[in-house]
Amino acid sequence: MANQTTAKTTTKAAEPAQPASAMSVIAPAVGWLIPGAGHIIQKLWIRGSLLFVSIGTLFVLGLLMQGHIYKANGGDILDMLGFVGDLGAGGMYIVTLAMNGGQGAIAFAIADYGTKFMIVAGLLNFIAVADAYHIAIGKKQ
Amino acid sequence: MIIQLTHFSAAFVFALFASIVFGITHRETTRDMFRYGLYCFVMFLGGALAAGWAMWLVRR
Repeated sequence: MANQTTAKTTTKAAEPAQPASAMSVIAPAVGWLIPGAGHIIQKLWIRGSLLFVSIGTLFVLGLLMQGHIYKANGGDILDMLGFVGDLGAGGMYIVTLAMNGGQGAIAFAIADYGTKFMIVAGLLNFIAVADAYHIAIGKKQ
Repeated sequence: MIIQLTHFSAAFVFALFASIVFGITHRETTRDMFRYGLYCFVMFLGGALAAGWAMWLVRR
């Protein structure tokens, strides 16, 4: 048992480090700014387009449902978590903040869904960014 | 412009787009992506429907 553990540790330590290419930095950065763009610049057109449409539609629907967008200085711990989620949407989040959008309407019950739509869009974009990185370093096809 | 979705249509839209992203990012081949996306969609929507009916039963 102890030998197996040692052998596993040795094998893991012997794995060569992934070479850092320019694409492994550019793809996640571009993918964060524009959902799906990290895949598109790696010539994965269909995957990138589907990611763009899916994440973009969720975010825009959230805005149209009068969802609330969180800012950095929320104060409350839940507001900070909401901010982290929203931040994942990258460029869409920045543009929405710049246009003073996402003020949220408490009068609509559906507005709370909108808030969640935008947070989820950001979190999904984080997953898409990680996927673009894995493709860039050759860990995934 | 304001959109007023019903609870079900909001759940449907959410399940559809989240499943697409999950399918693309969690699987390697196109076939596996499609299958996993479909699985996620059914689980999302089925879970919401099951929870709705469970709450209806609890309320009675």
